[in-house]
Amino acid sequence: MGRYLLRRLLQLVPVFIGTTFLIYALVWAVPGDPFAGKCGERRCPDQYIAFMTEKYHLDQNVFVQYANYMKNLLQGDFGTTFSQREISDIILTSYPNTLKLALVALAIEAVIGLGAGVLTGLRRNGFLDNLVLVSTLFLIALPVFVVGFVLQWLLGVQWGIIKPTVSSEMRLSELIVPGFVLGSASVAYIARVARTSIAENRRADYVRTAIAKGLPMRRVVGVHLLRNSLIPVVTLLGTDLGALMGGAIVTEGIFGINGIGRQVFRAIVTKESATVVGIVVVLVLVYLVMNLLVDLLYAALDPRIRYE
Amino acid sequence: MSDILVSEQSAPGSGGSGRPSGRLLEVDDLRVEFRTRDGVAKVINGVTYHVDAGETLAVLGESGSGKSVTAQTIMGILDTPPGFVTGGQVRFHGKDMLRMSGEERRRIRGEGIAMIFQDALSALNPVFTVGFQIAEQFRVRRGLGRAEAKKRAIEMLDQVKIPNAKSRFNNYPHQFSGGMRQRAMIAMSLALDPEVLIADEPTTALDVTVQAQIMDLLAELQRERQMGMILITHDLGVVADVADRIAVMYAGRIVEEADVYDLYAKPAHPYTMGLIDSIPRLDEKGQQLRTIKGLPPNLMNIPPGCPFNPRCPMVQPVCREKVPPLLQVGTARASACHFAEELVNRD
Repeated sequence: MGRYLLRRLLQLVPVFIGTTFLIYALVWAVPGDPFAGKCGERRCPDQYIAFMTEKYHLDQNVFVQYANYMKNLLQGDFGTTFSQREISDIILTSYPNTLKLALVALAIEAVIGLGAGVLTGLRRNGFLDNLVLVSTLFLIALPVFVVGFVLQWLLGVQWGIIKPTVSSEMRLSELIVPGFVLGSASVAYIARVARTSIAENRRADYVRTAIAKGLPMRRVVGVHLLRNSLIPVVTLLGTDLGALMGGAIVTEGIFGINGIGRQVFRAIVTKESATVVGIVVVLVLVYLVMNLLVDLLYAALDPRIRYE
Repeated sequence: MSDILVSEQSAPGSGGSGRPSGRLLEVDDLRVEFRTRDGVAKVINGVTYHVDAGETLAVLGESGSGKSVTAQTIMGILDTPPGFVTGGQVRFHGKDMLRMSGEERRRIRGEGIAMIFQDALSALNPVFTVGFQIAEQFRVRRGLGRAEAKKRAIEMLDQVKIPNAKSRFNNYPHQFSGGMRQRAMIAMSLALDPEVLIADEPTTALDVTVQAQIMDLLAELQRERQMGMILITHDLGVVADVADRIAVMYAGRIVEEADVYDLYAKPAHPYTMGLIDSIPRLDEKGQQLRTIKGLPPNLMNIPPGCPFNPRCPMVQPVCREKVPPLLQVGTARASACHFAEELVNRD
């Protein structure tokens, strides 16, 4: 187990370097002038441009720039924007908001998706099953911004059940609808995967044994069946956290949440490459860590899986 | 044992005779069919047998003869759909279980009637420890605390002669050998001290040497606890040592029921004769194994008359027209053959 963990952690290093370099090179390759419009109506003075070019090594090639960036990053320095704002500051203010939103979405996925999956997996082809199949298809087919705007308009504007936008305190009660919007497509996938998994295991011998032991049905399902059906669901949920955070931009925009999506978008527009890279680097870390966690969770869920 | 019930007499779906008889567990004219897309398979066609405390009934038959489905119906674990009970009764202490509420039936499982399955590897839950699965019985059904349940579970592992029961408690099924797994399965099913144990081919998945150990263990536990045991098997060798009575099944019917001794000495049905003849024998080394010619009937299309008639070596015209009922032959046995008397009275 220890050796497995070490190997997995070592594997993260080349993946991390590869992905961050790709991101860096991509942002670097975006055409445009970072100093356009920085100095009001006029063109920026040559001294200023020369000073900034020197300071940010803008005249170096991409490899040198990347190496410099990584050197600073490893010392915990994300660098500054062209307007001298600490990028770590931007990350620290925007990440918690996006993380909160994504975690709420994940919780909603787990509860609704798993619940619907279990109920329909136990009774296939019933009324509920068809209802869930149709509604999940609906959710998958609808783009997030449609779900988002419709719910915002309906619940927030027409019926006044929620506030149309989320306040800066990011209260949990405010995040439920945005969380559902963000996780809407994934809820549908979770429900379907859980349904298949439950239906498959429903006929397994050990479930029959559990029934023959005279256990109450809720224990047969809740303990014996569920534990065996969770593995594919956990995979989906674990890897979804990164996707939710990266994909939160639309939801954040609709509900006025100051998250990483908004920051990345702004940084891309103003060609603040260091900000873009900084935010995405953290996102890459989230992905990598979640993947590792999921793999470790397998072993916890299924004792037959042992890592050497 | 003198009143072996006569089947085929009550009309299908009538629910059997229903009179109390003081028997522990009775299956009475049970009928089960599987409704599939390809048609209706009549899997159980009026099975009647019973088992009393302290005795072992062996139910013998080929794959597809309905012996396991009968057991599943008794336990209430028949997959529905496709399986449907279309008639008959299963009485436990005289009460028809097929008419009980789900909750009443559930309480009988494990405590009144318990079952062990053929393949313990797939029948035990792979993600829980063996100890957990035994202790679960004490915790959920008896309301014992964690520590007490664990103590009792270890006692059960001891009783089925699993060495180092204490440390084995925390093992998962895949960490056990085949024989140990089956022992654990037995421990689990006996945890609540059931009155009847149904063993569905308990040794089929095991090595021959281990088979004997498990059968000995089962026989011993059955004697100690004075349980009624239904031993389902297709292995005549397994049966001889442990069974008191044998019921032979064919195409969803009992074709013969008798004492072990009588059955081996003088089978009263040509199918039983065929089965006994096909046991490999040491004194006939080098000779070709004898088999019963032909195949078991398609249960969606059982031939008219005696279902065994296409394979029967002594078939007569009457066999193709009339279904022979299971009738008493002599004092303590029954056979569903038109010529049972002749078979029994031959030299």
